[in-house]
Amino acid sequence: MLGYLLRRLGTAVAVLWAAYTAGFVVLWLLPGDPISTMASGGLDGEPLTPAAIEALKARYGFDQPLIVQYGTRLWAAVQGDLGASIQTGRPVGSAIAEALPPTIQIALGGLLVAVVLGTGTAVAATSTRLRWLRQLLMALPSLAVSLPVFWVGLMLVQIFSFGLGVLPSVGAGGFSALVLPSVTLGLPMGALVAQVLAKSLTTALDEPYVQTARAKGVGRGAIHLRHALQNAAIPALTVLGYVAGNLLAGTVVVETVFTRPGLGRLTVQAVGVQDIPMVQGIVLFASLVFVGVNLLVDLVYPVLDPRIARGVPAAA
Amino acid sequence: MTELLIRSDAADPARPAVVLPEPPTRRERWARLGRLLGHRPGLVAAIVVVVLVLLAAFVPSLLAPGDPNTGVVADKLQAPSGAHVFGTDYLGRDLYTRVVHGASLSLQATLIAVVVALVAGGLIGLLAGFVGRWVDEALMRLVDVLLSIPAILLSLALITALGYGTVKVAIAVGIASVAGFARVMRAETMRIRRSTYVEAARSVGTRWYVSLWRHVLPNAAGPVLVLAVLEFGLAILAVSSLSFLGYGAPPPSPEWGSLIAEGRNYLATSWWLCAMPGLTIAATVLSVNRISRALDGEWSRAR
Repeated sequence: MLGYLLRRLGTAVAVLWAAYTAGFVVLWLLPGDPISTMASGGLDGEPLTPAAIEALKARYGFDQPLIVQYGTRLWAAVQGDLGASIQTGRPVGSAIAEALPPTIQIALGGLLVAVVLGTGTAVAATSTRLRWLRQLLMALPSLAVSLPVFWVGLMLVQIFSFGLGVLPSVGAGGFSALVLPSVTLGLPMGALVAQVLAKSLTTALDEPYVQTARAKGVGRGAIHLRHALQNAAIPALTVLGYVAGNLLAGTVVVETVFTRPGLGRLTVQAVGVQDIPMVQGIVLFASLVFVGVNLLVDLVYPVLDPRIARGVPAAA
Repeated sequence: MTELLIRSDAADPARPAVVLPEPPTRRERWARLGRLLGHRPGLVAAIVVVVLVLLAAFVPSLLAPGDPNTGVVADKLQAPSGAHVFGTDYLGRDLYTRVVHGASLSLQATLIAVVVALVAGGLIGLLAGFVGRWVDEALMRLVDVLLSIPAILLSLALITALGYGTVKVAIAVGIASVAGFARVMRAETMRIRRSTYVEAARSVGTRWYVSLWRHVLPNAAGPVLVLAVLEFGLAILAVSSLSFLGYGAPPPSPEWGSLIAEGRNYLATSWWLCAMPGLTIAATVLSVNRISRALDGEWSRAR
């Protein structure tokens, strides 16, 4: 068990390092240069003097060779220092931490919506005996992933805020303001969960142990929910890391649609002014979440399926 | 001796050594296509939608002869009617005309995105699968890293570095979806590289690049193209999201995403400004996904 844990932890650290490096390559090697944007007075300031440009370059370390910049930045990042935002001059780490709470609220809401909708659809689709209902339920996820997320959000606002007037359209106040963003965010992820779970539930229901349970007189509902669902949950759990990462990324669109503060808005603002340290910090944070959730999932696997911990290859 | 053997084989036409299935004639193929479509009205509708969208992208004036950027201000914010099928916007511009003309910008970006992803991902996968060993290992770790960053964030990082504009958005979306192509291409290449006919070609002295060109590429094309069609639908969504956020073409260009962003300001009073372009995007993506599913399995199963 300890070896399993250490192996997973090693992989996680390697992925994080690689994601940081990938972010560095994309953001610092490509032509866009924040200092020249600032120097030309591109944002809202006056054009800078050459001496001021040199001073700025020295302050952000742009005057050093790239490999040195990479080394110092990586070492600082390991120690938890992600640098300072070019736009505001504040530390990136604390800016992300401040933007996080409202984002976590809708991300958790989205996760709840995704799990409830996804599991509900999958269980209903595999348990119904009506052919048309089954086909309808199976078709819903592929419909849901074909809709543009920002458009779904706007249509929900249209119907529930302007049409029926039951839920607020913008802002971050109170529980009712959380409902529409969470549904918008959770819908595509719920579709993914439903697809994966429906597939693995169908497989699980064909297993011999289901027949055995049936022969022993266990009811249909109990088989479905207790026996099959528990075994079908493992493949669905695998996509959870992907789901968490995408919930976080989805806030970029959802927070813009609902004019909410948070990490997504922070990202949009940072991209708008080429705030490279901020964007890199956010990318690193997103992959930290992805890696963290995957690590958690890896730790839950042995609980659901003890064969994994003992190194026994799971039966195909 | 060999000559004798060959002659005796050739002299016995009643017993061919290998029985090959007859390749389908053109007529049989059409009949098969007809049977396939006849049972699937949804697929037919999907094809019609895609053909219409392609028409809109390449010859927009055929579907909507008007100018997308001029409007009659007196006719502003009119609900859909016979004269304006999708209604009009805040400057009195016909929304249907703008959606049709927007198709070319949006589809152009989507096409670039898919081509970038296909070429870059295909090359990575081909290299990894064909060379194997440490090259494979290194490239696949790179792909894993790409997968650990959510696609839209990766695109946004690229846009930060590249700047705004339709083509830049397209490249950003394309690079963000390289990983899927690399994986499929690698799997296909490895499968074909180990097959008997490639081994046979090797043993008679075929050079590796000939084998790559003549055997691996044509046989790997199928699954990769199916993925490309599927990716096309995803890329439409990604491109329009980024255009909605304002990173695409500057106004007044009628990109699908920016049309919805414009309509957002009139959401409370003029529902059609958001609903119509959104429905167009949704219908296009649904149709593309339906066709991709048909290509994936139904075509080979419908005999």
